[in-house]
Formats: sequence, C-alpha cells, structure tokens
Amino acid sequence: MAFQSNELAKAYWRENISLMLKLLAVWFAVSFAAGILFVDQLNMVQFFGFKLGFWFAQQGSIYTFVLLIFVYVIKMNALDRKYDVHED
Amino acid sequence: MMDLQTLTYIIVGATFALYIGIAIWARAGSTQEFYVAGGGVSPLANGMATAADWMSAASFISMAGLISFMGYDGSVYLMGWTGGYVLLALCLAPYLRKFGKFTVPDFIGDRYYSQTARTVAVICAILISFTYVAGQMRGVGVVFSRFLEVDITTGVIIGMAVVFFYAVLGGMKGITYTQVAQYCVLIFAYMVPAIFISIMITGHVLPQTGLGATLLDGSGMHLLDRLDGLSAELGFAAYTEGTKSTADVFAITAALMVGTAGLPHVIVRFFTVPRVKDARISAGWALVFIMILYTTAPAIGAFARYNMIDTINGPDAQGTLVAEAPTWIKNWEKTGLIKHEDKNGDGRMFYSGDERNEMTIDRDIMVLANPEIAQLPDWVIALVAAGGIAAALSTAAGLLLVISTSISHDLLKRNLMPKITDKQELLAARLAAAVAIIVAGYLGINPPGFVAEVVAFAFGLAAASFFPAIILGIFYKKMNKEGAIAGMLAGITFTVGYILYFKGIFITPFAENKPENWLFGISPEGIGTVGMLVNFVVAFAVSKVTKEVPQEVQDIVEQIRYPKGAGAAQAH
Repeated sequence: MAFQSNELAKAYWRENISLMLKLLAVWFAVSFAAGILFVDQLNMVQFFGFKLGFWFAQQGSIYTFVLLIFVYVIKMNALDRKYDVHED
Repeated sequence: MMDLQTLTYIIVGATFALYIGIAIWARAGSTQEFYVAGGGVSPLANGMATAADWMSAASFISMAGLISFMGYDGSVYLMGWTGGYVLLALCLAPYLRKFGKFTVPDFIGDRYYSQTARTVAVICAILISFTYVAGQMRGVGVVFSRFLEVDITTGVIIGMAVVFFYAVLGGMKGITYTQVAQYCVLIFAYMVPAIFISIMITGHVLPQTGLGATLLDGSGMHLLDRLDGLSAELGFAAYTEGTKSTADVFAITAALMVGTAGLPHVIVRFFTVPRVKDARISAGWALVFIMILYTTAPAIGAFARYNMIDTINGPDAQGTLVAEAPTWIKNWEKTGLIKHEDKNGDGRMFYSGDERNEMTIDRDIMVLANPEIAQLPDWVIALVAAGGIAAALSTAAGLLLVISTSISHDLLKRNLMPKITDKQELLAARLAAAVAIIVAGYLGINPPGFVAEVVAFAFGLAAASFFPAIILGIFYKKMNKEGAIAGMLAGITFTVGYILYFKGIFITPFAENKPENWLFGISPEGIGTVGMLVNFVVAFAVSKVTKEVPQEVQDIVEQIRYPKGAGAAQAH
C-alpha cells in the first residue's frame, strides 16, 4: 500500500476524479456545446473575422483541448506529490 | 533545371534512405523492445511518434479536401480526431501505463480475469487494424502513381518493402524513431504550401489567422464571408453552416472522439514511456503536434475552395475557356480525378451546386493539387508527395505492429502456446508482421470496394467495444467479466448490425441510407456513440445480477489508480 491509510487513498482518488470531471466539463463546453449545440447562436457574434461558433468548431476547441491536457498534467503531478504517490 | 519527376524521386528517395538508416540503428533485440520499444522513449519523442502514427493518409491527403467540400460539417473530423486525446490523457493513458502490460487485449484479459474477454479483444484489435491498414497502403499507391508515374501496384510494392524493412527489423523501437522522422517530413510538407497560399490570398503568414482574414483581391471582404456568398450564388449550402442535422454532427463527433480513445494502435503508444507521469504528458505533446496540422487543415480547405472556384469559373464568374484551362486541371484530368463535361456547349468550364454544374472533382486531390493550383515551385510539389507517403507509411507501420503483437503475444504466448521462449515469441512477432504486410499490400492493390465505409466500422467498433470496457475496468471496481463481455458483444453487435443494415458491406443493405430512415437521425458514421451507450447499459445490468469481482482483481484496480511503483512494461 502506497498510502498511509485508506482514508488518504480515498481522498486522493476523490480529488483526481473531481479534477477530471471539471476538465471534461470544459472539454464538452468548447466542442459539443459551443461548436455544435449552440453554434447558431454563437455565430451571431463576430470574432476576428470568424463567426464565433464556427471558430470554436474548427479552431478554438482544438487549442482548448491542448491546454486542458497540460493543466491536467501539472495539477496531477502536484496531487501525486501531495499524497506522496509520485514516481522517483 | 531538373524536371518535377526527377526532383520527386530525389526527395522521396532521400526520405526512404533516412527511414531505413534509422531502422538499422534501432534494431530490436527482445520482445520488450519489439513491443514497447523497451519502455524507454522520452515523452516528447513519443508524442511526435504518436502524432505521426495517428495522422494517416486520410488526415494528410483527404481531410482538408473533405472540409473544402463540406464546410462547417467537416468540423466533425477536426473536433472528433483531436478531442479523443483529452479522453486518452485524462481517463486512459496513465492508468493503462501503470497497469504495465504490452497490449490492449492484455489489459482486457487480465482485468476481467477471462480468456474469453481476451479473445474478443484480440479479434476486435485485428479487425480494426486490418481495415485501417488497407487504406494506408492504398494511399501510398495513389501518391506513387501520380507523382512518380509508376502504376499503383508497383507503388504499393515499394511501400510494402520499406515498411517491411523497418517494422520487421525494428519493431516498436524502429517504428517509433522512424515515426519521429516521418512527423518532421509530413508537417514540413503540409505547412510550406499552406503558408505560401495564405500569404498569397490574405497576406497572413499563419494559415490559422488567414482563415478569418480579409482577401487581398481588393474587395476587402473576409474570406469566409466571400465563400458563403459564392456558395449562395452557385447553389451550395453556406460554407460556415453545413447541411447535417445537429443530432448527427453531435453523434459523429462523439463516435470519432471515443473511437480515437479506443483504437489499439493509439493506446499502445502510452506503454512505451518509462513512467505514468510521462504517459500523461506524452498525450499532451502528441496533441500539440497534431494540432499544428489540424488547425491548418480548415484553412487549406477554405483557400483551396476559393482558389478552385476562382480558377474554374473565372473572375467574372462566367466560366474559363477550356482552351485556357490551367495546367493543374489538365494534369489531374489525366488521372480521371477531375472531369469536365461541356453540357451547354459554350466551350467553358463551370462549377456549381445546381444544374449549371459541368465539373466532377474528386475530394482527395485538394491537398495534393493545392501547390499546383497556387503555382508554387516544383520542390514544394515534390515535398507534398514525400509528406503523403510519410503519413501513410507511419500509420501503416503502427497498425502492423498491433496486428503482429496481437498474434504473437495475445494469441500465441497468452493463449495457445504459453511455453514459448522470448526468442521464439520475437520470431513469431516478426513472421506475423511480415504476413500482415503481405495481406495489407494485397488489400491495397485489390481494395475491397468498401474501404471508405470500413473506416466508419473501425471507429464504431473501437467506440462500442474497447472504450467502455477499459473505462469501466479503471473507474468501476465492481465491473465483472460477465458484464464486460456482455457489454462488448452487445455494443459490437448493435454497431455492426446498424452499419450493415444501411451500408450492407457483404450483403445488400436492408434500407436506403438516408436521414428519414436513421435511428434518432444518426447516420452509420455516428452510430458508434449509441453502440457505446448500449455497451455501458448492458455491462451494468449484467454485472448487477452475476458473481462479484474477485478481491485480488479489485486490489489490482486500486493499484493502477496511483503512479507510485510503476515499473517497465512486463510480459507477466
């Protein structure tokens, strides 16, 4: 057992899941919500020569995906250290 | 001054020499090196290799062309084929790396303590990989035949020989380092013409901002507004709006994302890095390298459409005289991929979305013809040929490795002949790779009529089988073997059934493939999303009424949830 106690193991997993769900919410928002479900409404807004919904569907969602992964990596590395379950 | 063909031979030949040189340098000596490159690849190099592995002939050659003709609807590929990496990085890669095995069937078989589950997974992995690889070999053949003017068969055989050399010799290690080189070739080849054309049309160096910029033709109009205007004049759907229903766009995007995260040749890349930490970050690097191409593709699509309409219909939109047609049209007419039929007999070409249309244009040529359309120098055209081949070869090699591993490791070592030594297993892996290359080459030369349809199959299968089984295996300790197997079988049966019902790959379709007939308005391309839900529901229901998961398996699940103690990938 890498954790000091069962409670710590549970707490680590809870924090991990909560981070994952938050990031997945953003993932859903920029692609499925902004790029698909609400694309017509967002297209009313102009954004650097793009209709905003179209921009999310063909550009913005992809940039956000990359950011999400890097945020996840940084936060998870910190979490691993906090609970002392990181690799050497 | 050299002619285009000599130049193409030199550039393509130089890249081949590079790949073979790397293969000799990175020979594999053990199954560990053959399957997972010894588990010692740096995350940056792994990210680059994953990107090359992922971006196939379809991404390089076809995607921008598809977007060019589909406009907004093409977004399904852009979001679908990148968003899956978020799922991979957050929900799959780190845990599978901690689990520390060689293959996806390894995980399914061990987590669900069942040879049946392993066998179902092996069959899915082989099926998915073969359908994919046939398309790649075909892509190599098409590029060869256009640019080197050899026939498709010779092109495919040359491609087979090169892949044979580095995949059989180097295994995952050789493939990984070759893919790093292939990524550099393909991204350079993709970006150079895109940047040239962006500057010519909009004055922007970055195609990504050029897409939203104003035209340099003096009109002061935005490119996208101009395309919407042209679409309306010519009877096409507005470029920025598309024609697919919202439900269908949603389902296709989800199926492609989830399918991406469930494809065995993508997942296996995360077994090659030394630590769990590296598995997370290499998914990030992979997506950075993929992003460069995927955010450029919609710009290429829009530029190509604008250029194409402009050259065919002429500046006054009356049509260009056939006698004055630019050379790229004549070149591609020879291949049969552009056709002109002078319906009104005025001696002019005209392209539109209504009855005035006289042109038939194959979507696949847009990227390859783009440098010619924009009248770029010959070396750029030669470079694009080398890039297309690099994209096809790198993906083919990754898939062949999955096939050979499935046979030598999952089928022989873990199932039929558990007593074979490491040396014998390595030999079996090499033989399996060789046989797989020959079969793939045969399929490339004699493509089954349904290669394009089968791509939907591959993603649908991955989404409906592997993805739920792996997710539940990690996040739901109580999922037992009965639930997982029933879920995978239900998901696959539903998805395959639906695709066959409308597309009829070996049989006659039962119903016409049109929106009125579809379930919830979802096309066969997007049905993997529903298949995935079916899998989840069935898996839950069955697991509730069958035996509980053994304690030792629950302990394994506990262990994969934190990084500490991850060793190199192990065979047992």
